[in-house]
Formats: sequence, structure tokens, C-alpha cells
Amino acid sequence: MTPLAGYLLVAALLFAIGLAGALTRRNAILVLIGIELMLNSANLNFIAFWRYGPHPEALTGMMFAVFSIAVAAAEAAVGLGLVISIHRRAKTIDLDLMNRMKG
Amino acid sequence: MGFFFYVIAALTLAGGLTAVLLKNTVHCALSLTVAFAGLALLFLRLDAQFVGFAQILVYIGAVAILVVFAILLTRSSETPKDGVFSSTWLAGLAIAAAVFAVLGWAVLQSASTLPNESAAPTVTVEQIGQALMGRYVLPLEIVALLLTAALIGAVIIAMHENEEVK
Repeated sequence: MTPLAGYLLVAALLFAIGLAGALTRRNAILVLIGIELMLNSANLNFIAFWRYGPHPEALTGMMFAVFSIAVAAAEAAVGLGLVISIHRRAKTIDLDLMNRMKG
Repeated sequence: MGFFFYVIAALTLAGGLTAVLLKNTVHCALSLTVAFAGLALLFLRLDAQFVGFAQILVYIGAVAILVVFAILLTRSSETPKDGVFSSTWLAGLAIAAAVFAVLGWAVLQSASTLPNESAAPTVTVEQIGQALMGRYVLPLEIVALLLTAALIGAVIIAMHENEEVK
């Protein structure tokens, strides 16, 4: 197994773990945690391809990872703000109990 | 593929796994921090020092703290009576396993044709700054706009609304 394949397999496994967490948990914050894990595993892919790719001096993969980190931070802030807002209205963040479209 | 790669990968995967499996939400947030730290170590092993330290600053320093704040503000740390997994957990698990099967199959199939181990690229922070201010200046401006919008949006969403909605 080449080093690149090792990193890619770790990233794939972490993505699957995050996806399983986002799809199976009831707590809305845990769903956001799963999404963060998925975004991070994508970053690992970018960095691994940048490191073992043909032109590392072009910095393409690294720049993509930096911008991806910034976008993920914005996503986390807005997502957790939404969770707090939902908790204020519905008094719960259990996703199985959130089955109404209006308030 | 040194010994340290396996140690760090095992640490990262264990952190991620416990982050989605544990019952107490605060413990999940702490395991998530372990997974973020393991990923930062993987970035450092891949000679991406800048991204590794940005990962530590942004994820461990900001996102993990934000998650802990959200858990405490919503008082969701106690375990609900009827389990922590949703009613459709079996379908979710099957989807995740299928996704991993496809990804792992693709990686293992194409591994022989992927690029070689070239010498470690030496990237200075100066080069990254030059690239950010030169070739990537438009994405940088867009990210600045996005972060401003997210900042304002998060504050407005989480702000107290009028009392009549209660």
C-alpha cells in the first residue's frame, strides 16, 4: 500500500464515521459534529493529494484546504446558532421530535 | 508509512468513532477534539505545517469550544430516556457502510497508478502569503465576505426574538 493510499483510506473511514454519526444520531449538535468530521476528512484528502501529487509547489491543494477550513468554520457558527434558536422555540434538539414545518 | 502514521491514524479514527458513539454529549465533544488533533498531526506528517497549525487554531481553538458552548446552552448533556440513536439508524448505518465500501474500493483499485513519493515539498509561510495575495486573492475576498455574512447571520439567528413567539 502506498502512503497516499493509506491517507486516503483513513480519510474515507473518517468520512464514513462522520456520515454514520450525522445519519444515526438524534441530537442536532451530534449531527453537526458528524458533518465537521466529514469536512475534515475531505481536507485530509486535499492535503494528501497535494503532498504526493505532481506539482506541490503550485500550492493548489493546500489553498483549497485553507479555504475549506474557513468555510467549515462559518458553517459551524451558523449551524450552532440555528440549533440554539431551535432549542429556544421547541425546547428540544431531538431531531425525531422536530416534525413540524411551522414553529 | 511509518509506525507513527498508524499510531496517529488509530488515534484519529478512535476519536471520531467515540465522538459519534458515546452517550454523553460532552464526552462526544471531547472525543471530537481528539479527532481534530489527530488530523492536525496527520497534516504535519504530510509536510503541510501551515494547514496543520491552522487546523489546531480553528478547529480545536474555535469549533470545539463553540460545540461545547452549544451543548451547555441547550442543556443536552444528559442522556435521553429512549436512546441516543434515531429511529432510522439502521438505514443510516447501511448508507455509511456503502459509502465507505465504494470509497475504499476506488482507493484500492487506483492505488497503483497514483503518483509516487516525491521529495518533501518545502513551503514557507511567505510563499503561502504570496499565493493568497496573488493568484488566490479573489477567493480570499470571497471568504472574507462569507465569514462576515456568517458572523452577522449567526448573531441574528441566535439573537433573542420578540416575546410573542413564545
